[in-house]
Amino acid sequence: MEFHETRLKNGLQIVAERSTSVQSVALGFFVRTGARDETSAISGVSHFLEHMVFKGTGRHSADDVNRIFDEVGAKYNASTSEELTLFYAAILPEYLPATLDLLADIIYPALRQEDFDMEKKVILEEIGMYDDQPTFTVYEKAMQAHFAGHPLSYSILGTNDSVGGLTADQMRAYHQARYTAGNIVLAVAGNFDWGEIQRLAEQHCGGWPAGATERQADEARPTGGATVLAKPNSMQQHVMLLSPAPAADHPLRFAAELLSVIVGDDTGSRMYWDLVDPGHAETAELGYNEFDGSGAFLCYFGCLPEETLNNLDRVQRIYDDVNRGGVSREELVQAQNKVASRIVLRGERPMGRLSSLGHNWIYRREYRSVADDLKTVQSVTLDEIRQLLDIYPLTRLTTATIGPLESLNGHG
Amino acid sequence: MPQDQQIHAHTFPNGLTLLIEPMAEVQSAAFTLMVPAGSIYDPPGGEGCAAILSDWITRGAGPRDSMQLTNALDNLGVQRNEGAGSHHLSFSGATLAEHLPAALRLYADIVQRPHLPDDQFAAAQAGVEQTLHAIEDEPRQKVMLELRRRCYDAPWGLPSEGTLEGVAGLTPNVVRAHFERCSRPREAILGIAGHVEPRQLVELVGEIFGGWREAPEPTWKSGPRGPARDHIHHDSTQTQIGVAYDSVPYCDDGYYAAWAAVGVLSGGMSSRLFTEVRERRGLCYSVYASLNSLRDQGRVLCYAGTTVERAQETLDVTLAELMRLGDGIEESELDRCKARAKSSLIMQQESSSSRASSMARDWYHLGRVATLEEVRRKIEMLTVPILLDHIHAHPARDFTILTVGPEPLEVHLGVS
Repeated sequence: MEFHETRLKNGLQIVAERSTSVQSVALGFFVRTGARDETSAISGVSHFLEHMVFKGTGRHSADDVNRIFDEVGAKYNASTSEELTLFYAAILPEYLPATLDLLADIIYPALRQEDFDMEKKVILEEIGMYDDQPTFTVYEKAMQAHFAGHPLSYSILGTNDSVGGLTADQMRAYHQARYTAGNIVLAVAGNFDWGEIQRLAEQHCGGWPAGATERQADEARPTGGATVLAKPNSMQQHVMLLSPAPAADHPLRFAAELLSVIVGDDTGSRMYWDLVDPGHAETAELGYNEFDGSGAFLCYFGCLPEETLNNLDRVQRIYDDVNRGGVSREELVQAQNKVASRIVLRGERPMGRLSSLGHNWIYRREYRSVADDLKTVQSVTLDEIRQLLDIYPLTRLTTATIGPLESLNGHG
Repeated sequence: MPQDQQIHAHTFPNGLTLLIEPMAEVQSAAFTLMVPAGSIYDPPGGEGCAAILSDWITRGAGPRDSMQLTNALDNLGVQRNEGAGSHHLSFSGATLAEHLPAALRLYADIVQRPHLPDDQFAAAQAGVEQTLHAIEDEPRQKVMLELRRRCYDAPWGLPSEGTLEGVAGLTPNVVRAHFERCSRPREAILGIAGHVEPRQLVELVGEIFGGWREAPEPTWKSGPRGPARDHIHHDSTQTQIGVAYDSVPYCDDGYYAAWAAVGVLSGGMSSRLFTEVRERRGLCYSVYASLNSLRDQGRVLCYAGTTVERAQETLDVTLAELMRLGDGIEESELDRCKARAKSSLIMQQESSSSRASSMARDWYHLGRVATLEEVRRKIEMLTVPILLDHIHAHPARDFTILTVGPEPLEVHLGVS
């Protein structure tokens, strides 16, 4: 593995990890913008804009964009989160020049009015689709409640009203403010020539507007509470619990990742043994989400409505035990083995490395090889887990639930 | 395309087939073990038997109880998955190559010496019930499961997850009998890909699976499929649309022509369904068609999900696109299918899990493993006339159409 890094005059950062043992290459533009950078008047604009990028530019029509990606056999897509918009493609090395040219071009889309109007319908359909998926809705409600008053509470999709009322001019203004070279990282992983990447980036991205925006990233101070959304025709009760966790730049983030595996991995964790294995819940998991300046432990479980209160008690018991007694050495070693295996498996494909490369750089200006990650994971100690729990104990600070229940009888 | 792809196939005297593909460039090893004890063998009225077994069977095996077994797999870093399909129970996993032998020993216990403990049966049963409840809350998933039930005869079209009624009525003895009757080495397939040494693996697998006792081939009963036009009421924001029509199975000489024809419809974002239904009309977020194959028959399965007021137009436009495919195909549309196939085949070489499951699937359908070079050649040889001949021989008609949502739709099959 070789790591390369450079920065164009306009501020675009380029990071690349070269591997000669793979036969493809993945590249992506990581744009540091997302729902948290919006205002309520333009809620959903980051995600809508992500769609509009595929509607073309002065040089490429929407049909051209889709056609060219398919002509080069690209596996490509885009995603929008609370704080990141990502455009990526995996291709065979001979198509790198054409793909980089296209991706770099479309990030500055024409935003034509007729395309905007047509795509708005698709976005409203996407909102409708997620509306029918309680596992998604419960996540969104929980994030809104937990981060109330903080930008991390903003919805990624927006609402029918906010998206319905959005104008193309508002989107153009948002794009102009956020899509500046200093806000963007180009990451490349796999089989490529570094000299060629530099030449292509200069050629296709050198003319991008310079500048970067600041983001208010104060740690959130959630006050918690319970939100109950009655959905009488639902078969299951969907429950999400949030509590504060380390932010993306926190030294205890690897400990947080391991703790989430010990407590709430989909197999062999405490939640697995207490909720899933005995059949009390269909799923019960704890995840660790890192953000700029804040972090969250997210517990999700889905179960029969009548088991909900018992399951809340079971989760509380697990949390109490862990907060009080920590975790055992066996649990830590097992979690380290699981995570190590995942890091290696994910790292075998350029797309897996791309994600790690881009995220590490955009959040921490840091390059971490597979070996670095393995070493750090293996070196996490029981003491660090203890420190973590002292600062960020597992709690049911915020509860959101969707399903037949009309209340949690004070269990929230 | 790498020329040095080596695939080793070894069938043991008891009938188990071992497929191995060494991959020098990866550190991992992955396996797929298919045991011919799937849901087609569920007893009548006991739908969900195989699904319960796929959970119950991992609750203790050989010298380990349920917790010891899970801990052992977790300590080996095995990322695993098990589940019931129509024909097989599938066990798959991936981990660092040095942990593969120990992981295989655990799976040898699971399929030959499971404890199937009475006191864990209710939990396994509850797990399957909850999966079925979760599907009820996900209409996108439900429509495609129910579409299969209406386009394939029973038992092939029945959901391998079973039904709530079937699961509720099952007892430990019935599920144990299913295991005794169906779990057998003949027709079982173990595909392994990754950083492995074939000779040692053949020896190891012979040692740990060689004693697996043969059993007579179990029988299954066929039954009718569901109605070709149907609607399931669901209070939702969107209407889910499922459409199916006949195609050819994976083993058919015309399979790659069928694959490319579906590719023209739904192979990428420049394909027809995405362009006409989503990009030109903004009717939905998600629309696709895929080719589904049993061993002896195949279907094209299409999906679209859209808000109620646009559902009728979505169905009309989708059906019109399916029916006009035989009118003509551009050379460039086929070229794009070929380009996507080429990169998919090469990228498959970077994933031990993809290779292990793909080999096992090939063996089940073909009785041999197709090399990536062979697949590439077959796709490269396709021409527009070959595709059109295929579409004329297997036209999009005699549709099975199912909707899930607040209102049923009308089916307009007029001249488009």
